Amino acid sequence: MIQSKKEQFRENLEKRHSAAKFFYFLLLICLLIGFFTLSVLIIDLAIEGGPWLRSQLFTNYHSRKPEEAGMKSAIFGSLINLGLTGLFSFPLGVGAAIYLEEYAPKNKLTSFINININNLAGVPSIVYGMLGLVVFGRMFGLFAPDSWLVQLLNLPVGKGALGGLQFNLFNIPWLEIRLPFGRTILAGGLTMTMLILPVVIIASREAIRSVPNSIRDAAYALGATKWQMISTQVLPIAFPGILTGIILSLSRAIGETAPLIIMGAFTYVPFLPESLWDQFTVMPIQIYNWITLPQAEYRVHLAAAGIIVLLAVLLSLNAIAVFLRKKFEIHWS
Amino acid sequence: MLQENNLENIITTKDLSVFYGTTQAIHKINLNIPRNRITAIIGPSGCGKSTLIRCFNRMNDLVPSARVDGEVVYSDQNIYGTEVDPVHIRRQIGMVFQKPNPFPKSVYENIAFGAKINNYKGNMDELVEKSLRQAALWDEVKDELDKSGLALSGGQQQRLCIARALATEPELILMDEPASALDPIATLKIEELMQDLKEQYTIIIVTHNMQQASRASDYTAFISIDRTRIEERVGVLVEYDQTSKIFVNPAEKETEDYISGRFG
Repeated sequence: MIQSKKEQFRENLEKRHSAAKFFYFLLLICLLIGFFTLSVLIIDLAIEGGPWLRSQLFTNYHSRKPEEAGMKSAIFGSLINLGLTGLFSFPLGVGAAIYLEEYAPKNKLTSFINININNLAGVPSIVYGMLGLVVFGRMFGLFAPDSWLVQLLNLPVGKGALGGLQFNLFNIPWLEIRLPFGRTILAGGLTMTMLILPVVIIASREAIRSVPNSIRDAAYALGATKWQMISTQVLPIAFPGILTGIILSLSRAIGETAPLIIMGAFTYVPFLPESLWDQFTVMPIQIYNWITLPQAEYRVHLAAAGIIVLLAVLLSLNAIAVFLRKKFEIHWS
Repeated sequence: MLQENNLENIITTKDLSVFYGTTQAIHKINLNIPRNRITAIIGPSGCGKSTLIRCFNRMNDLVPSARVDGEVVYSDQNIYGTEVDPVHIRRQIGMVFQKPNPFPKSVYENIAFGAKINNYKGNMDELVEKSLRQAALWDEVKDELDKSGLALSGGQQQRLCIARALATEPELILMDEPASALDPIATLKIEELMQDLKEQYTIIIVTHNMQQASRASDYTAFISIDRTRIEERVGVLVEYDQTSKIFVNPAEKETEDYISGRFG
């Protein structure tokens, strides 16, 4: 016979409720610490940099006189770099994600690729900078005057800074191609593409995977081919999620400094890029540049103003992402 | 076995077996599905009813590990033959699923989808109206064709899915437990709709609900676990006859036990 266990319960309500309260406050403090840090940062930036947020910041290049110094080339460089990165990473990332989610057979090769994509997302960005320099910037030295490829094909390569192979694709004047890409804004965009590609792929896969299988079944049952099913149902449904992932990746890319320093963006650029083959610089590098200067106007005020501009671009990108997600969100019943 | 005279079969299975990897789901099923009738497939959970119905439009092809043995003959052709394109088969054989699955698009787009992907050249507005009328949904949605299909009620969504299937002008409509997610009133509407549709179409319906099978179908196939291989849970056809016969005077003891609720 099993005895009643009633008398073995010790309810101890007081202690349990106070533990609940304790953790409520503990968690609230965690939140407030983060919030406080961010507020201090923003207030400090506003005090130091606010008065320096003037039109010269957007219309002038870096100058020896702080009151005339601006970051025009860095702002344009960042935006062009961002555009190129988006342009390259969207088709590549979404394509890879579609393949992996919809086509890839479940075998060891696929799971090997999966593991590697997840690992690549965690590789330090400076490694991508080195990779970008070797692959895009120098192209393994394949177009240097003494390389085996040049000697084998007897290519007409030039020497010096603008060396390498230059030609116009299909003889169209503005379709100029330079091999290797060198330290140009094109190479910078491609390097950034490699940097964010794993994250874009992961986010796109997530969005594609969240499309219910019942939708795929419905399309198939109506006589859709696989590609019709993907292009007319899966991609439109996954699109807001994919777009959000790409924008958030881009907002990571805009703050990246290390890979572009290696790519040669750490220079004084007193001009706007006119083609993909121009040198460039970006906002975080310009800010870093100013911080290394001894005068307080650069070190404190202009740097702070630059950070405000950078943060403004970053926050507006994130705001666009949130807006798109809200606007196109599908409420499955 | 089938009692009616002059009954033409629309689809016939010959020794149809399906395997998922190494496990067998159904074993050597032979069925003749009569044209312009409603055929119900009943049986306990996990006996392979859905597997069977998914053979009729080759939806099983989408499961990578699935393998089909035997034949499914539809308009004098084994649809599992090597020269048959499943995309072509699925256009001719519509399917309605257990959970209503409208596309997250407008009512109009939902109906027009099947026609669009199959390069329909006729008048789309007419096709949409005709399909919605056939599915007894037109009067409820005619003023809001651009409303999202997801905004409809569950029963309306399921009728939308039926209308969507009708829009590709199929001959045969497969329904995999179409009312299991619906309330009794919506269920009744679907059943009434099936009666209207059988004038023009043939319907195969999988159902858990024995009352539904007895109310709505002309023929009933009872599928159950093979008693001699009970560990493997392989589905076999136990009995197939006119619904009135199955429910009043079944030939097999197992059928009687199942329909009277003694197991399953």
